[in-house]
Amino acid sequence: MHKFFEKLLVALSIVAPTITIGSVTLLLGFLCLKGIPALSVSLIFGDTNPIDAIFHQAPVFDGIWPACVGTFSLVALSCILSIPTGVLTGIYLNEFAPERIKTTLTFLTDLLAGIPSIIMGLFGFALILLLRSSILPQANTGLWLSAACIAILILPYCISATATALSSVPVELRLMGPALGFSPLQSTLYILLPSALRGIMSGVILSIGRASEDTAVILITGVVANAGVPRSIFDKYEALPFKVYYLAAQFQNQFELTLGFGTALVLLLQTTCLFLGAHYLRTTMEKKWL
Amino acid sequence: MHHSGTNRLASAILITATTVSCVTVVAIFLFLLHFSWPLFSPEKLQEILHWTWQPFHGEFGILPMIAGSAFLSFFAVAISYPLGIGICCSIHGMGHRCIRKPLLGLVQFMTSIPTVVYGFVAIFLLIPYMRTFFHKGTGFSILSAALILSLLILPTIVLILHSQFSQIEPKIRLTAKALGMSEAQKFIYIVFPHSRKGLITAAVLGFGRAIGDTLIPLMLAGNAVSKPESAFDSIRTLTAHISLVVATDSQSDAYLSLFACGMILFLTTLSVNLGLRWITKPNSRSIDA
Repeated sequence: MHKFFEKLLVALSIVAPTITIGSVTLLLGFLCLKGIPALSVSLIFGDTNPIDAIFHQAPVFDGIWPACVGTFSLVALSCILSIPTGVLTGIYLNEFAPERIKTTLTFLTDLLAGIPSIIMGLFGFALILLLRSSILPQANTGLWLSAACIAILILPYCISATATALSSVPVELRLMGPALGFSPLQSTLYILLPSALRGIMSGVILSIGRASEDTAVILITGVVANAGVPRSIFDKYEALPFKVYYLAAQFQNQFELTLGFGTALVLLLQTTCLFLGAHYLRTTMEKKWL
Repeated sequence: MHHSGTNRLASAILITATTVSCVTVVAIFLFLLHFSWPLFSPEKLQEILHWTWQPFHGEFGILPMIAGSAFLSFFAVAISYPLGIGICCSIHGMGHRCIRKPLLGLVQFMTSIPTVVYGFVAIFLLIPYMRTFFHKGTGFSILSAALILSLLILPTIVLILHSQFSQIEPKIRLTAKALGMSEAQKFIYIVFPHSRKGLITAAVLGFGRAIGDTLIPLMLAGNAVSKPESAFDSIRTLTAHISLVVATDSQSDAYLSLFACGMILFLTTLSVNLGLRWITKPNSRSIDA
């Protein structure tokens, strides 16, 4: 019987990597095959002159420029809300929190990280229902609501990345502060934070990637298929992941299909760059201490 | 004097940020509770917990979605978990030396592939294939969604197992070699029994990730409201249900069932987390130190 398990495990250790590598290569290869021919300036700007589109706010009809601007504003807004809060919470959690608060906080962070993203969207939707029935009858979904919900979504990633980076600072460095007569605050500011900075940055970059790829939240908090470049944070907007989702279901001709593959590839390239950046920062941080 | 001022300011800032973070979690829970409060009566519960969803006839049963979510997630974990174990064993010694690092790198990279990209490619690559291969329906089925979903949750499973195995495997590597154990024997007799916690955590978190995903079921599972009976059926999950109902802007009666779905998902996450805490707490002395 045990012989059987041994054979099974040996087979599994060969089959599993093969299947995984095979299917990921197949999926991404197919995407590249279909998407690379679509990559061009006209994919982004359509028939509009790029300079007009960027500086003179000329409308872009057949391109993904509005979706790029939408995603960028969404990510920027949610990061402004979330990263300072998350990093500060992470510092407090790892350096200053008493043991009992620390356990509760860690539990809440884990819980928040595990909550399905659609629940954040539902939360935003509930907020609108509540506002409508109470103080703001004309409240509506839009960029601000999506940004707030995405901010909640990435908050746990920022918190745990900061806490993990700080807790992996070597003990010798950690003792240096008190040995020099630093107060806990000084030693955090001048020794621990600078040495953990790369780790924190890498976590922050990963949360940016998370913010730019999530579709479930924005789906129910104000993204639409054709909105143009958003004029204010109360506007409806377009976003890259939603564009991909929308085109998958609603494409009507070959041109839109190609547009879909191009958009998906742009999104993949963007998250890949963020991933490589984060990976570089993390590995250089580890090397510095070894 | 100046110093204690800065100190107080700094800790005030830190504590404020922490409070904000905590309040958001609690706020989400309170919102869900507030909006699904009318549900907690026997008649309303009966209205929600049955098998027909016909909003225009006043039928708001969400049992098909609950069954769909559960079936799909178990299916995805069942595919993904053996793959995860195989990959981890491969990384920790059973695979060829030169694929170990690239394999781990690939799995880490998979965490950054956007969900919507998986869904998009699968619609044009996997779905037509499923349609012609099985000659059943449109190809949008539990099986298609589960296959892609299993790829999506694979990094979660592998990375948890990997961090658990790397605490154990290096310590026993030489001993196992000295005893003349094969790589497979090493894993079966030493590594697996000592990483029970990791093995359970990986399965549970993988399940949590699968049940919480919206895009893959929404794009690939077909979204038909029906009792799942075979792997070729088209189903609708709780997450997909929420986004579909909000997007199609039904009348406000349907909203109640929406928050019921939300509550179920939230409670699942909560029990997953509480369960893990309970598992990981006691007797953590195995091969440590």
